[in-house]
Amino acid sequence: MATGDTGMEPVLSVRNLSLEFVTRRGVLRALNEISFDIARGEVLGVVGESGAGKSLTGTAIIGLIDKPGRLSGGEIWLKGQRIDNIGHDGLRKIRGRRIGMIFQDPLTSLNPLFRVGDQIAETILTHMPVSKAEARSRALALLTEVGIPAPESRIDAYPHEFSGGMRQRVVIALALAAEPDLIIADEPTTALDVSVQAQIITLLKRLCRTRGTSVMLITHDMGVIAETADRVAVMYAGRIVEIGPVADVIRHPRHPYATGLMGAIPALGAKVQRLTQISGAMPRLNAIPAGCAFRPRCTVAIGKCAEAIPPLVPVGATSARCWLHETPVEWSASHG
Amino acid sequence: MAEPVLRVENVRRLFDVSKPWLERVISREKPQFLRAVDEVSFEIRPGETFALVGESGSGKSTVAKMVVGLLPPSAGAVHFSASMGGAKVRPGAIQMIFQDPYASLNPRWRIRDIIAEPMEALNHPADPAAREARVADLLTLVGLSPLDGEKYPHQFSGGQRQRVAIARALSSEPQFLVCDEPTSALDVSVQAQILNLMRDLQERLGLTYLFISHNLAVVRHMAHRIGVMYLGRLVEVQETEALFAAPRHPYTRLLIDAVPDLEQIGRDRVPVQGEVPSPINPPSGCTFHPRCPLAMEICRREVPAFDGSVACHAANDRAVSPSLA
Ligand SMILES: Nc1ncnc2c1ncn2[C@@H]1O[C@H](COP(=O)(O)OP(=O)(O)OP(=O)(O)O)[C@@H](O)[C@H]1O
Ligand SMILES: Nc1ncnc2c1ncn2[C@@H]1O[C@H](COP(=O)(O)OP(=O)(O)O)[C@@H](O)[C@H]1O
Ligand code: SF4
Ligand code: SF4
Ligand SMILES: [Mg+2]
Ligand SMILES: [Mg+2]
Repeated sequence: MATGDTGMEPVLSVRNLSLEFVTRRGVLRALNEISFDIARGEVLGVVGESGAGKSLTGTAIIGLIDKPGRLSGGEIWLKGQRIDNIGHDGLRKIRGRRIGMIFQDPLTSLNPLFRVGDQIAETILTHMPVSKAEARSRALALLTEVGIPAPESRIDAYPHEFSGGMRQRVVIALALAAEPDLIIADEPTTALDVSVQAQIITLLKRLCRTRGTSVMLITHDMGVIAETADRVAVMYAGRIVEIGPVADVIRHPRHPYATGLMGAIPALGAKVQRLTQISGAMPRLNAIPAGCAFRPRCTVAIGKCAEAIPPLVPVGATSARCWLHETPVEWSASHG
Repeated sequence: MAEPVLRVENVRRLFDVSKPWLERVISREKPQFLRAVDEVSFEIRPGETFALVGESGSGKSTVAKMVVGLLPPSAGAVHFSASMGGAKVRPGAIQMIFQDPYASLNPRWRIRDIIAEPMEALNHPADPAAREARVADLLTLVGLSPLDGEKYPHQFSGGQRQRVAIARALSSEPQFLVCDEPTSALDVSVQAQILNLMRDLQERLGLTYLFISHNLAVVRHMAHRIGVMYLGRLVEVQETEALFAAPRHPYTRLLIDAVPDLEQIGRDRVPVQGEVPSPINPPSGCTFHPRCPLAMEICRREVPAFDGSVACHAANDRAVSPSLA
């Protein structure tokens, strides 16, 4: 299994990334000190409730933050090249070529007016030194690879002629077209039915494994992460509150929010009488409490939690952002 | 055993999806009907949670709407027990909770007026002071504060709005609640709050639920019995634990295998191919046959009859082998 510290240079390295929105009522901090690495061939899952900052993290990496948003600190490195300060033109060359993207709604990535084969071939031609004929034959190979049945007869179809699941397959083909180092997939299966979701997850996993592509998989579905990711980052109110190997975060979460989250998810296995309940809801950006943002919902808070923001520190196999772990005492969460 | 609260008998619902009349006449096309629901029968016992689960377009919401009377069935019937008023169901005895707690609450009304609305409509209780007191009780019951009655929907989070929707549904003292994807729009930590609340309320008030969801894990947590729908038909009905231990219909097996599960870290699998076909032009015989690993010759020709538990030519008296998918 790929991990973040194999000694090899990570494909993606995000360091202390912060992002803010400048509004009339003041500056809202939407992302704070986000740091993580993704190794070659690794799938990093990013989970959290809606509004936690998952999509913004992905958007920041591909440089598509619009006004009034702006990066207010930190660095983003792609295979040793800093990419957060290279301007619009530099980023345009990276998007599609070195970072592929998959979104929840396949129609945001596909142009309804063009045949799918042409869209894929166009991406290949833009980024790679090949002939038109070569681009088309690569497009056909890609459609075959992502499991479009009878691709020779489908290559000239328009996006609306495909079902939702088939469209998402085309988007995956498009994302892979220029053989990127990294794919950012933001809720790629959320709009799909479960049986189709299972097909798409299996496909993404297989393709990234065989090609060695790294993936940042953003989803609110912990089950999808369990099945797909090597490591997972749990986000809450604009920060990573826990990050580590997927099995450790699921089985032995160290942050009280992560612990609550795991118990709140109904499982297909043994039936529990009562789900763990985290009271309240995630705060809005303009009402983030001082100290630990999770404190108003936390059942094990201590005095210090209201005063200062806890650092992200290693605890066992994962890292967590919680004052209970400041002095590395083993803290056993009462979950389940 | 107690008399069922609800008996749904062989309901069918067609929707006219023809092109506009003139266009149709010019191109000489016949009118076209979509069978959203066909030959669906089930019963719900008092105090029970009966769940309908299935993928998008399988007909769950259409069944729900026929049960609450928002849509008349094209054939078949929906019967309520005498305790619910039989043919003349007591007004307010059935209420519905929807997926989107924002769309279902009038944004310009205060929470107290939203919750009191069913009481106003029924003029019960007749005394405004009694209504006011009941609104406060209901807010407390669903875990909000009586002071929240003064606020407007936009001042609440999604989970709190769903609590308001539940309080509103409870204000007419219903016995039967139809819940159509009540937590699908919510985050998991908030979903857990609402699911726990719904179970507590059922226990305290003796409510009966028809619970609709596409999420098998949620359904497993909530339901006593589960009905699985595919392309408008009920393909299997079983007690919850039996359904998961020994699903009898190949589609149920497929669904259970498809759900990504927290406990199966890093699982690799071979998912069943294909997608749900269009309900406008469904496959012949058993509509699941193009995707079914057990399909036989007869499956292409004959619709398997629903025997009260399963509708499958191959499932006569054995459970579908768990190693199937
Ligand atoms: N008013 C309508 N006119 C035409 N077709 C309809 C209408 N209402 C529903 N349908 C169709 O009937 C079928 C069943 O729809 P229904 O809404 O009951 O599905 P569902 O199981 O609730 O799906 P979902 O999980 O997406 O909510 C679908 O094919 C749908 O497109
Ligand atoms: N253009 C914007 N202006 C102001 N706030 C924004 C904007 N885009 C996103 N946000 C806020 O940033 C936070 C994180 O958003 P997002 O990354 O989309 O969350 P997630 O993907 O985790 O659901 C949310 O509070 C959201 O409301
Ligand atoms: S820092 Fe304090 S409030 Fe925050 S999660 Fe840890 S114990 Fe709870
Ligand atoms: S009737 Fe035939 S096609 Fe349908 S589920 Fe049973 S075995 Fe499969
Ligand atoms: Mg998002
Ligand atoms: Mg529905």
